[in-house]
Amino acid sequence: MTGHSTYVPKSALARWFESRLPLMGFVHASFIAYPTPKNLNYWWTFGGIATFMLTAQIVTGVVLAMHYTPEVTMAFDSVEKIMRDVNFGWLLRYAHSNGASMFFVAVYVHIFRSLYYGSYKAPREVLWILGVIIFLLMMATAFMGYVLPWGQMSFWGAKVITSLFSAIPFIGDSITLWLWGGYSVDNPTLNRFYSLHYLLPFMIVGVVVLHVWALHVTGQNNPTGVEVKSVPKDTVPFTPYATIKDAFGMVCFFILFAWFVFYVPNILGDADNYIRANPLVTPAHIVPEWYFLPYYAILRAIPSKLGGVIAMFSSIAIFAFLPWLDTSRVRSARYRPVYKVFFWVFVACGIGLGYLGSQPPEGGFVIAARILTTYYFLHLLVLIPLLGLFERPRPLPASIADSVLGSEVPMARRAAAE
Amino acid sequence: MSWVKPVGLAAAALFGSALLGTFVLAQQPPHAPASEVNADGHNEPIPPRQSWSFAGPFGKYDQAQLQRGFKIYREVCSNCHSMALVAFRNLADAGGPGFSEAQVKALAAEYKVQDGPNESGEMFERPGRPSDHIPWNFPNDNAARAANGGALPPDMSVLAKARSFSRGFPWFIIDGFIQYQEQGPDFITGVLNGYKDPPPDVQLQPGQHYNEYVPGHRLAMPKPLNDGQVDYTDGTPTTVPQYSKDISAFLMWAAEPKLEERKRTGLRVIVFLILFAGLLYYTKKKVWAEVVH
Repeated sequence: MTGHSTYVPKSALARWFESRLPLMGFVHASFIAYPTPKNLNYWWTFGGIATFMLTAQIVTGVVLAMHYTPEVTMAFDSVEKIMRDVNFGWLLRYAHSNGASMFFVAVYVHIFRSLYYGSYKAPREVLWILGVIIFLLMMATAFMGYVLPWGQMSFWGAKVITSLFSAIPFIGDSITLWLWGGYSVDNPTLNRFYSLHYLLPFMIVGVVVLHVWALHVTGQNNPTGVEVKSVPKDTVPFTPYATIKDAFGMVCFFILFAWFVFYVPNILGDADNYIRANPLVTPAHIVPEWYFLPYYAILRAIPSKLGGVIAMFSSIAIFAFLPWLDTSRVRSARYRPVYKVFFWVFVACGIGLGYLGSQPPEGGFVIAARILTTYYFLHLLVLIPLLGLFERPRPLPASIADSVLGSEVPMARRAAAE
Repeated sequence: MSWVKPVGLAAAALFGSALLGTFVLAQQPPHAPASEVNADGHNEPIPPRQSWSFAGPFGKYDQAQLQRGFKIYREVCSNCHSMALVAFRNLADAGGPGFSEAQVKALAAEYKVQDGPNESGEMFERPGRPSDHIPWNFPNDNAARAANGGALPPDMSVLAKARSFSRGFPWFIIDGFIQYQEQGPDFITGVLNGYKDPPPDVQLQPGQHYNEYVPGHRLAMPKPLNDGQVDYTDGTPTTVPQYSKDISAFLMWAAEPKLEERKRTGLRVIVFLILFAGLLYYTKKKVWAEVVH
């Protein structure tokens, strides 16, 4: 899709630079002239929003790192110092903690957009797998970041999740000790989580570069799932069309972000994390941040520790195989009436698992979690492969241009045109 | 394959009802709040919602209330509780109790602060300065436990954010829209007002006191406030409910001294973003006007 650059350097200086490093031609080809399907809806703005959130997290994080101390007796106080004494420290802290949540909101919408419109299907399999890798890196980064304030939930969440590695047969206990840097979650653990929390976002940036590169090779999917047939008829240049649409989508997203940061900055968090970590006092309920709740529910639904760990990891790992699990030759759920219903059931299942992850694993909650976990795996391993084979899709439009004209032109004129 | 759609809809109905069943099963009594005392019961009521001057998008602290609250902290709470993250100079900061620099200097000087070592290697005591953090009545945790029957009075610097309760579904969603962020002060006010005689079936250990709202209904802190205990110079009633509200507001300020600045900035940011979004929307429409899409 790139290679559509018509960039010609205008000044002698520009020509001199361009012949040595064709940066401007590259930017022109990739983000200005780049052909973008003209029928993309606002669900397509979330990839750009996610990229912005990654940048925002890195910028706020780097500044926070100038004031934070990764030591067990000083970490909590250093965060409070940021909140009270550092100029706009309260803003940096709340922007970073709520920014993590907003990053996950954007990424979850982005993922579900791909599930609905079949953006993971050939030829975008590598693009999709890179996305799964980005998601895993994000989860690791967020988990380690939450440990850094060294509150009760930081410590105990770290203890619960790192202890899961001891479920691995034979080598589990050694791995856990090696991870901890000692016999329990303590200062070595905090220090290395800080180091890795600073490192991983830059690895995410690298994988995002590959992700956008892979995207530009195949071009975007679009709501019809029908590939671009003619560049002048089906697409528009990225700038100004997609640029302005993404800018509008982004600013609407920022309004939501600002609402959290300025008005309800602690609503997504846990009050227990404002209590200093105490290894001798276990909180009544150990709960991760909201974006981990569905996986937490799956982990606790399985009665065995190793079984729960395997279920939790495979609930994400399965997604890497989705392009091959889905046997349908039709991409977009717009034309797959049965899959569309199951898609929304899957969304409801995810939300239900999220709710269950926040509740104590007792009584009715356990039964419900087991039902929803069963559906989750059934959906991915049984329903999606079978649906592609047995579903009768609705007829596809001939091209993007046809689908767009069809929605604009009334019946009489369409009949006259034929 | 005409059976596919009905089967699909039936599956959807099944899982829809599984979800509904989840919410029916989830109707438990309100959730116990977080606390350093281990919770063992789930039947504590939700503290009543109070009205606070600092609640909502235009919230501001009531300076007189914060000053009264500080008086209560000084005369009652500081006998056991530390507030190590608050410095004397913060009492003169904007968006706070609004003491003057001179008042803060005089106040700090009334406290004795340990400093040193001096040139002969000895620790010594000196009068407090505005830059000092509020000192604790005890030299260390063990001394505090010894004076309080083994229980450690928690530091109060972020206590108003460290205490909360769950209102369950759908309130945890609605609370985000109505900006209900005052669970901490509501809980503290409830606890301070909530001391009562234990019901006949409850056994208290020595050193435990019965409270309506605390997890497990038991806590080590005896009723700290009584009517008329602290004098108010501005004519405000000297009742326990009034004291509870004033100290809770002060503790909220101690936990969130930047609240006023945060909400003020938020209004400007959101108004700007709404205007900006409007401009971008009409620009987008103009740019896309000639494209059939």
